[in-house]
Amino acid sequence: MVNAAYAIVALPLLGFIINLVSGRRLGEPVAGWVGTVAAGGSFVSTLIVWVTMLGRPAANRFSDLTIFTWFPVAGLHVNAGILVDPLSMTMALFVTGVSTAIHMYSIGYMHRDPGFDRFFVYLNLFLFSMIVLVLADNFLFSFLGWEGVGFCSYGLVGFWFQRQTAAVAAKKAFVTNRVGDVGFLLAMFLMFAHFGSLNYSSVLGTLSHGHATGLLAAAPGAIKGTTATAITLLLFLGAVGKSAQIPLYIWLPDAMEGPTPISALIHAATMVTAGVYLMVRVAPLLHYAHATSWVIACVGAGTALLAATIACSQDDIKKALAYSTVSQLGYMFLAVGAGDYVDGVFHMLTHAFFKALLFLAAGAVIHALADHQNMKEMGGLRKYLPITAITFGVGWLAISGIPPLAGFWSKDAVLSSAWQMSKVLWVIGVFTAGLTAYYMSRQFALVFTGQARWEEARPAAVASHEHHEAEGHGTVEGHEGTGPGLPAPAHAEARPKDPTWTMSVPLIVLAIAAVLGGGINFPAWHMDFLTRFLSPLFPAGTSVTISTGTKWALSLLTTAVALTGLGLGLSTWRTAEHPRLEPNFLRRAWYFDALVSATVSGPLRLAASGLAFVMDRKVVDGLVNGTARALGASGRVLRHLQNGYVRTYALGIGVGLVVLLTYLTFRVGN
Amino acid sequence: MSLLAVTHLASASAWAVYAVGALMALAGAGGVVLQRNPVHCALALVTTIFGIALLFIDQGADFLAAVQVIVYAGAIVILFLFVIMLLGVDRKEQRAPEKLKGLIPVAILVGVVALAELLVLVRVHYWATGSKAGAGALNGPGENVQKLGQSIFTAYLLPFEMTSALLVIAVVAAVVLVRRPSPAPPGHEHRTVVGGRGTARSGPAPARATVAERGTPTERGSGASGGAEQSGSTGEVVR
Amino acid sequence: MTVPGAWYLVLAACLFGIGAVGLLVRRNILVMYMCIELMLNAVNLTFVTFSRMLNDLGGQDAVFFILVVAAAEVVVGLGIIVSIYRRRSGATADDISSLKG
Repeated sequence: MVNAAYAIVALPLLGFIINLVSGRRLGEPVAGWVGTVAAGGSFVSTLIVWVTMLGRPAANRFSDLTIFTWFPVAGLHVNAGILVDPLSMTMALFVTGVSTAIHMYSIGYMHRDPGFDRFFVYLNLFLFSMIVLVLADNFLFSFLGWEGVGFCSYGLVGFWFQRQTAAVAAKKAFVTNRVGDVGFLLAMFLMFAHFGSLNYSSVLGTLSHGHATGLLAAAPGAIKGTTATAITLLLFLGAVGKSAQIPLYIWLPDAMEGPTPISALIHAATMVTAGVYLMVRVAPLLHYAHATSWVIACVGAGTALLAATIACSQDDIKKALAYSTVSQLGYMFLAVGAGDYVDGVFHMLTHAFFKALLFLAAGAVIHALADHQNMKEMGGLRKYLPITAITFGVGWLAISGIPPLAGFWSKDAVLSSAWQMSKVLWVIGVFTAGLTAYYMSRQFALVFTGQARWEEARPAAVASHEHHEAEGHGTVEGHEGTGPGLPAPAHAEARPKDPTWTMSVPLIVLAIAAVLGGGINFPAWHMDFLTRFLSPLFPAGTSVTISTGTKWALSLLTTAVALTGLGLGLSTWRTAEHPRLEPNFLRRAWYFDALVSATVSGPLRLAASGLAFVMDRKVVDGLVNGTARALGASGRVLRHLQNGYVRTYALGIGVGLVVLLTYLTFRVGN
Repeated sequence: MSLLAVTHLASASAWAVYAVGALMALAGAGGVVLQRNPVHCALALVTTIFGIALLFIDQGADFLAAVQVIVYAGAIVILFLFVIMLLGVDRKEQRAPEKLKGLIPVAILVGVVALAELLVLVRVHYWATGSKAGAGALNGPGENVQKLGQSIFTAYLLPFEMTSALLVIAVVAAVVLVRRPSPAPPGHEHRTVVGGRGTARSGPAPARATVAERGTPTERGSGASGGAEQSGSTGEVVR
Repeated sequence: MTVPGAWYLVLAACLFGIGAVGLLVRRNILVMYMCIELMLNAVNLTFVTFSRMLNDLGGQDAVFFILVVAAAEVVVGLGIIVSIYRRRSGATADDISSLKG
């Protein structure tokens, strides 16, 4: 098992290095297959480790492996190590699994892109960083992965960096992440100050042979409430940045500038879940910090609602899905805040499946329509893209929470724990569920049903493509796809069609997962695998205890709300013109970006220009130049001392002599 | 300083010698500063030198007194006189107006103050540290010359050698300094001698007492006539 | 018994002062040079006096070397003066003032 665990980390790194060194020579599609095989091998290794772990008794599934000693500084001993325990294995499983699927999908999607090899370099590096993040056995090594995924996100969002908007979005993603990272760093400092170590086992406690040690034992008073609150709040700040909660979610919609596989992998399934993973990991600490739990739950619920309202009025197919991701992440944090860590992870899992599915299907649509992303110019595509339509439909139903698909079970569990914590939060959650169903139905209706609005948009597009071809250059107007520098695809299809098998197979696989995913933690018939798998990790007393009757009632109510939303969405959006339902403030995302610009970047820019033009130019340069000028002036004044007359020089010597003698007289004499 | 305590018993003859020497020195010094004609200044300097030599003998520095007269009065002052005569500065002295006004009062003030302070310092006993230079005692058996020679050639050998080198450098410097810049092609030797040993007045032909470069025509006509105009000078201005 | 050394020192100081004033007041280069020699002589006298007062031969050695150096200095200095006078006759110390700032 040990060797397989190392392989989980090593294989993506190997793929990264191979593609980095010889990707260009390997070319398309071999570089892509190298990356996919690396990811697949990592997934297989994860399976092996997981199966081995299942063979062990529940209380003995912690395994701490050290790869090497990273830095043993006085007092701080940090290893590069892997922690094999249920939570990390869960994360690793779905990270590597979804990654493999998306790697394969990308081979088809990035076909004929000039940066094909660079894409897979970044993808493998991202996978490696994400695995380090989830498998690390101490906070610092995990932070290395944290930063790594942030960097890969920057590199991949700005993959087509020649486009101004993409480059700006990449910077925005990275900088916003960094704002959150301040919290992570400060939390680590606090942890080190309090615990003297950054290892999970030292800070959070371990479970070995049935005995819980450290904070995991949940002994009252093991750590001061204020310390725990401070640490967890700071960690939550990091999570807010990484997982796009209020107020640091602004980067995620803009990050849709990157290729669609990236949006699926990073911004739906893996990187944005890192924040949730972090908060789940520090569950022992949260046990002592109830204030933080409330903060997490409220922020999660608020974000869910806010993002859902914005998603109701977005025209871009990917932006709508991006806001949907933010909203679902809010659900996960709601669960974590309510103390139901297992269901937070459960929702993370199911969300990974159906959100990745939705993004990949959207990518197929975009690909088929030659890089058009405006939903108002789509419609009636289910005749031409059957597989895509079916898989997208599965994802749609899953996210809306229609039983028996996966989303229903996980969302239901989340809402149950919200009910237990606070009725207000539950109401917000249910309303958001309704909104979710509504906007996803809107999306499905706009894209796949109704009249084929793309046919009117198409002739102009087709003509413009041919026009571009004739002129010998082609830039696709501002949409992502085959890159801004690449000539428009020749023979723009008159009819959109389903994608190739490399893109369809992952869609189908994810669709199956979205259907069956509820079985991971089915609340009855002893199929609550996930709960039993993960519960040793969390302090005792953090499970949901509501009566079954209440649960059934709540589930029925939620389902009814979802169905209402679904029906509303489908019926309203058979036609595409409903301006009253899409007010401007929703389209502009409650003007939040403008608010941030005004309050943060405005003053910052003022300060920067003040520093640059006033401080630097006048004060600093003035000092430096002024010194030079003063020296020159003093030189010009002093040079008159040299008047060329020897006698004055001799007089000077004489005066000096007099001064010396005076000094001697008064020193020696008295 | 036990010597000072004993000095009240100095005999009259010692005082007389001192008085004469001091008078000669001071008179000469005043003459150097106050005389108009530089030749008179040089002669006043000789007086000073003789006075100082007298004082040297009075203090037991016999050898130095002799050397002082020979070198200073016999060579250096002669050199001064040669240059004065060569350059003919004695007639043109002090005709130009004083350019630096206010220098003289300040200079006198500086001198007076320096002198006053020196006098104060001289009266103070801590002026001398009393540490030995390591050259041996002054009084004692042996002649002054012998002792002096012994110390120079043993303890102060290095300064002796260095001053020898210094003298050679000085000679070379003198030759280089007064060399006339010549347009002659390389290969010709240039020989000039500092100063003119002109004894006879210049004749109609440009007769020179100096040895000029061979084969290089230089304008001497104007120079000679210019020099001849300054009647009374026994030399020429070598242009 | 000889005259106490202080008298000689005072005399040397006076000579030095006169030489300094003369250097500053006179404009004829050669007379200025003679004043310098005057100052050197004053210093020689001081050395010899101290040699006697301290019963040390080092003072007379110093005078010896000072004499040598003074001679060398005069040679070079007069060489410079002659070179200056070649350019313009009748130059005083004030005329050689082109090295100014």
